[in-house]
Amino acid sequence: MKLITAVVKPHRLDEIKEALQAFGVHGLTVTEASGYGRQRGHTEVYRGAEYTVDLVPKIRIEVLAEDDAAEQLIEVVVKAARTGKIGDGKVWSIPVETAVRVRTGERGPDAL
Amino acid sequence: MPEGILTLAAAAPKIDTGNTAFMLLSAALVLLMTPGLAFFYGGMVRVKSVLNMLMMSFISIAIITILWTLYGFSIAFDTGNGFLGGFDWVGMRNIGLTEPFATFNIPIYAFAVFQLMFAIITPALISGALADRVKIVAWSVYIALWATLVYFPVAHWVWEPNTGWLFKLGVIDFAGGTAVHINAGAAALGAILVIRKRVGFKKDPFRPHNLPLVMLGAGLLWFGWFGFNAGSWLGADGVSAVAFTNTQVATAAALLGWLGYERIKHGAFTTLGAASGAVAGLVAITPACGSVSPLGAIAVGLIAGVGCAAAVGLKYRFGYDDSLDVVGVHMVGGIIGSLLIGLFATGGVGQTAKGLFYGGGLHQLGLQFVGVGAVLGYSLVVSAILAFLIDKTIGFTVDEDVEVAGIDQAEHAETAYDYAGVGSAARLASSSDSSEAPASGKKVDA
Repeated sequence: MKLITAVVKPHRLDEIKEALQAFGVHGLTVTEASGYGRQRGHTEVYRGAEYTVDLVPKIRIEVLAEDDAAEQLIEVVVKAARTGKIGDGKVWSIPVETAVRVRTGERGPDAL
Repeated sequence: MPEGILTLAAAAPKIDTGNTAFMLLSAALVLLMTPGLAFFYGGMVRVKSVLNMLMMSFISIAIITILWTLYGFSIAFDTGNGFLGGFDWVGMRNIGLTEPFATFNIPIYAFAVFQLMFAIITPALISGALADRVKIVAWSVYIALWATLVYFPVAHWVWEPNTGWLFKLGVIDFAGGTAVHINAGAAALGAILVIRKRVGFKKDPFRPHNLPLVMLGAGLLWFGWFGFNAGSWLGADGVSAVAFTNTQVATAAALLGWLGYERIKHGAFTTLGAASGAVAGLVAITPACGSVSPLGAIAVGLIAGVGCAAAVGLKYRFGYDDSLDVVGVHMVGGIIGSLLIGLFATGGVGQTAKGLFYGGGLHQLGLQFVGVGAVLGYSLVVSAILAFLIDKTIGFTVDEDVEVAGIDQAEHAETAYDYAGVGSAARLASSSDSSEAPASGKKVDA
C-alpha cells in the first residue's frame, strides 16, 4: 500500500475530491495546513506597517491506495489540483506497512 | 457648549420635554460608543489579548460611572472656581427634578448622565495605547486616578459655562476635541513614555486578528458619535442638525482622505485604513461641528484623514509603542480639529466667533492654541506621573513571558475563541452549583 499526500491550494479541494470519487477512492482525510514553497508569501499593510506573510494557507489531503493504483491516483490528484500558477503545491507517496479498519479489524488492502 | 444661548435666557428656563428626550437618547448613543471602541480596538490586537482589550473599555464603564455618581459630576460641573467645580452635587445630592442645568432648558440629571458617557469613553480611549501588556488592576487604578485628577477638572475648564477658565476665555470645543480626544491622546503618550513597550515592538508583526470586528466597532462609533456631537448642543434645533450633518460630512471626507494617502503610499485601499480614517474624521470634527459649514467640514475631514494617516507612522520613527495609535489618531486628530476652528469657523452656526478665512483674523486661532496647549500639557504630565507611580508600586505591566503567552489567560482566565474540541480539551475542574466534580481522569462528554 501507499500513502499519498497532497499539499495544495484550498480552493482546489472540491475538484480533487470529485476526481478522486470518479476514480473510485472511497475515503480521504483533509487537514488545514500552512506553508510555503517557491511561492514564498505575500505582503500585507496595516496602517502603513508592511508585513511579509511567509506561510500561506494550504490543505493537506491524505489517501491510502493499493500499490498498483498509486501512480494513476497521483496523476488524478495532480491534474485536479493544477492551476498552472506558482503555489499549486506538491504531491508525494510513501510506502505503508499496514492499515486496519477499526470497526471490523480487517487488515491490508481489505481495510481500504 | 454654546455661548449664544447664555445671553438669550437670563431667567431660569423651563424644562423643555423635547430637548430632554433628545438628551437622554443622545446619552444612550454615546454610551454605545464605548463597546464600539472596545470592538474597534479588540479586532486590532492579536488573538491572545482581545479579551483584555475589551475588558479595559468595559471596566471603564463601571468604574467611571461610580466615580461620576460619587463626586465626578460635582467637581466637573458644579460652579466652583475656574479650575475645579464645587462639591454641592457630591453623591448626586441637591439636584432637583425640575431644576435646569445652567441656562439650558434640560434637567441637571439629563445633562449629568449625558456627560457621564463622555467621562466613560475618554479613559477607555487611552487603552488602545497600552494593548497586550497592562495588568487589569493597575489599569483600573490608573483610570480612577486619571479621571479624578485630569478628566473631571479638564471637563470643568472646557465646558462649565459659569467659571470654566478655558470656556470663559473663548476657546471653542463643541463636543470634546480638547477635553476628550487631546486629553486621552496626551494621557496615552504620557503613559507609554513611562511603561515598557510590547515584547517584539518594531521587530515582530502585530497583525490585527479580526478586521471585521474593527469595522463593526468603527460603525458603532460612527453611529454613537451623532449623539456625542449633535447632543453637545444640549438641545434639538437647527444648530444640532448642522452639527449632525458636519459629523457625517467630515467623517466621509476623512475616510476618503486616509484611503487616498494609503493608496498612494502603500498601494492598497485597506479596511483598517477606512475604519481608521472614519474615526480620525469623527475626532477632528468633534470640536468644530458647531462652528464650520458643511463645506468646511469636508476640509476638516480631508486634512484629518491625511494628517492622521501620516501621523500613525511616527511611533516607529520615535520609538514609542503607541500600540493602536491613540496618539496618532486622537491626539493628532483632536489638535487638527481644534486648530482648524481658528481657520474655518464661519460665525454663523452655533458660535459667533469667526476664523481667519471668514474675516475673524488670528484671534480665535490663538485661543484654540491656548486650549490645545493647556489640555495637552496638563494631561501628558499628570498621566506620566501617575503611570510612573503605579509602575513603581503595584507594577503597571505584566511579566514579559505572561504577555508572550497571552494576557487573556493570565489576567482573565479565559480564551476568546474556542476553535476546536481537540485544541481546547476543557475539563470541568469545579463548579459552584454542583458539589460533585467529575472524578479526576474521567472524561466529560461535552
